[in-house]
Amino acid sequence: MAEEKEPMFSPKNIKLLTNPINVDNPITKQVLGICSALAVTVKLEPAIVMSLSVLVVLSFGNVIISFMRNGIPSRIRIIVQLVVIAALVILVDQVLKAYAYNVSKQLSVFVGLIITNCIIMGRFEAFAMTNKPWPSFLDGLGNAFGYAWILVAVAFFRELFGTGSLMGLQIIPDSFYEIGYVNNGLVLLPPMALFAVATIIWVQRSRNKDLVED
Amino acid sequence: MKFIRNILDNIKPHVQKGEKFQAFHSMFDAADTLFYTPDVVTTSGSHIRDGVDMKRSMFIVVIAMIPALLFGMWNAGNLHYASIGETASFMDTFWFGFIQVLPIVLVTYIVGLGIEIAFAQGRGHEVNEGFFVSGMLIPLIVPVSTPLWMLAVAVAFAVVFGKEVFGGTGMNIVNPALLTRAVLFFAYPSAMSGDKVWIAEKADAFSGATPLAELTAGNDIGISHMEMIIGNYAGSVGETSIIALAIGAFILLATGVGNWKLMLSFFVGGIAMGGILHGLADSFPDNTYLQLCPWEHILIGGFAFGGIFMITDPVTAAQTEMGKWIYGFLAGFIAILVRVLNPAYPEGVMLAILFMNVFAPTIDFYVVDSNIKKRLKRAKLSA
Repeated sequence: MAEEKEPMFSPKNIKLLTNPINVDNPITKQVLGICSALAVTVKLEPAIVMSLSVLVVLSFGNVIISFMRNGIPSRIRIIVQLVVIAALVILVDQVLKAYAYNVSKQLSVFVGLIITNCIIMGRFEAFAMTNKPWPSFLDGLGNAFGYAWILVAVAFFRELFGTGSLMGLQIIPDSFYEIGYVNNGLVLLPPMALFAVATIIWVQRSRNKDLVED
Repeated sequence: MKFIRNILDNIKPHVQKGEKFQAFHSMFDAADTLFYTPDVVTTSGSHIRDGVDMKRSMFIVVIAMIPALLFGMWNAGNLHYASIGETASFMDTFWFGFIQVLPIVLVTYIVGLGIEIAFAQGRGHEVNEGFFVSGMLIPLIVPVSTPLWMLAVAVAFAVVFGKEVFGGTGMNIVNPALLTRAVLFFAYPSAMSGDKVWIAEKADAFSGATPLAELTAGNDIGISHMEMIIGNYAGSVGETSIIALAIGAFILLATGVGNWKLMLSFFVGGIAMGGILHGLADSFPDNTYLQLCPWEHILIGGFAFGGIFMITDPVTAAQTEMGKWIYGFLAGFIAILVRVLNPAYPEGVMLAILFMNVFAPTIDFYVVDSNIKKRLKRAKLSA
C-alpha cells in the first residue's frame, strides 16, 4: 500500500503525461488513430474539435475503465469498453450538436467513429485495465495531447497550402494570387495527410535514433 | 583537356574532410567524375571489367532524348505561331520554343540536383548521375506553359519523397519523373490539363486542346495520320513526335540501355486493349474514343514516350525476364483502359506506369516463386 502515498505529480506520473507527446506518440510511434488523422485534417477547425472530443472521451474513458477494472470479467472486457466509449461519444456528439452545430456537421460521421478510434481502445487495453484511475487519467490526457498536436500540425499545413486560409480566414494575400500563386490541390487529398504524418515521423526519428525500428 | 584536370587537382585538397571547404565535397566529386573516370575499382570478388558504368548508360538515355527535346522546342514555336495566325521562319520558330523550354530544363536540373547534392552531402554518399535522366525526362512530359515555381515544387516533392527517402538513385519504387508529373497533375490541375496550357502565349480564339482531350469530349480527333507521326500537334513538350521518339528508341535499343522486352510488351499491351475497346465501338456509339483504331492509340499522346523512356527505367521495372513481359503488357493495357474509359483522364499512360511501378516487386516475387516451384518439382521427379 506504499504506492498509495505517491505524490500526484511524481516523476513517473509526469512521464505518463509527457511521453505520448513525443517519444511514445500515439500516431507517430504507436501508429494508432491514423484513419482520423487522414480524414479530419483538411481544415484546422474540425481538427481542433476532433482533438478536443478525443481528449474528453479518452481521459474520462480511461478513468471509468480504471475504476471498473477489477470488476470486468476479462472475457467480455471489449464489449464493456465499447459501452463506455459509446456512452461518452454520444455525450460529446450531443454537446457538439448543441453548441457547435456547423463543426458537428462538418465532422459528420467522424464523431461517431471516435468509437472505433484505435487510440482509445488501445489505451484502455494497454493502460487503464491495469492501472489506477489517476495515472490512467494522466495517460489518457497525454495520449490525447499527443494525438492532438499531430492533428493540428497536419491540418495547419493542409489548410494553409490547400486553401490559403487558417480557421476559415484567408492568410495568403490576394496579391500572391494575382502574381500567379495557385493553391495546391494535392494537399487537400487524403494521401497528403499521410505524407505530412510521414514527414513528422521522419523528423522525429532522425532526431531521436532510439525510436528507429529495424 | 589537361587544364580541367589541373583545375580539379588544384581544388581537391581544399574539399577533403576537415578542410575549409569540406561542405562542397560532394559537389567536387560530382564534377570530377563527370569529366574523368574515377580511379576507384572493385577490390574483392569477381567482377566484369567494362567501360559502361552508370554515368555512361545514363548519358546514353539523355542523348536518346535530344531529338524529342529539339523537336519539342520547334513544336512549341510552331504551335505558338499557328495560334496567332502568323508564319515564321524555321529559326524564329525554333528560337521561340527554345526560349520557352530552356527555363523548364534549367529549373528542373537546378532544383533536382540541388536536393540530390544536399542529401548526398548529408549522408556522406557521392552524388550520382541518376537525376541527369529524370531532369531531362521531366521537361519533356510537362506542358510548355507550366509555371516554373509549380515545377520547382513538384520536382522537390518527387525527388525527396519519390527517391531520397528510399535511399537515392536505384532504390526508388516509382519513377521520379512520372511522380513529378503526377504531383503537378493532382496539385495544379488547371495548369496541367484543359485547352489553355499546351501552347505558349496562345491567342484566345484558338483551340489548344490536345487530340486526346478532343476525343474525350466526344469531338473528332482533329489531326491526320501524318501529323500523328510528325508530331506537330498540341501535347506535352517532347511526347508528340513519333519520328523523334523512334530515333531515341533506336539509340536505346542499339546500345542495349533500354530493354526491348519492356518496350515491345508495352506496345503489345496497348494494342491489345485498344483492339478490345475498338471491338466494342459498335455497342457503345456514345463514346467516340472507342472508334479510334488500336494502332492510332499508340501514335498519339504520351503512349510512345511512355513506352520508350518510362517503361524501360531499369530501377522501377520488373527485374525478372518473365516479369518484364507481364509488367510491360499490363502497363500498356491499363494505359489505354484509363485513357478510353475514364472521362476525367484523357491520358492514362502516366497513371498506368506509376501503378505498375508499385506492382513490379510483386510480379517479380511470383515469377521467382513459380520458378522455384517448377524446379522443386523437377528435382523431386528425378530423385
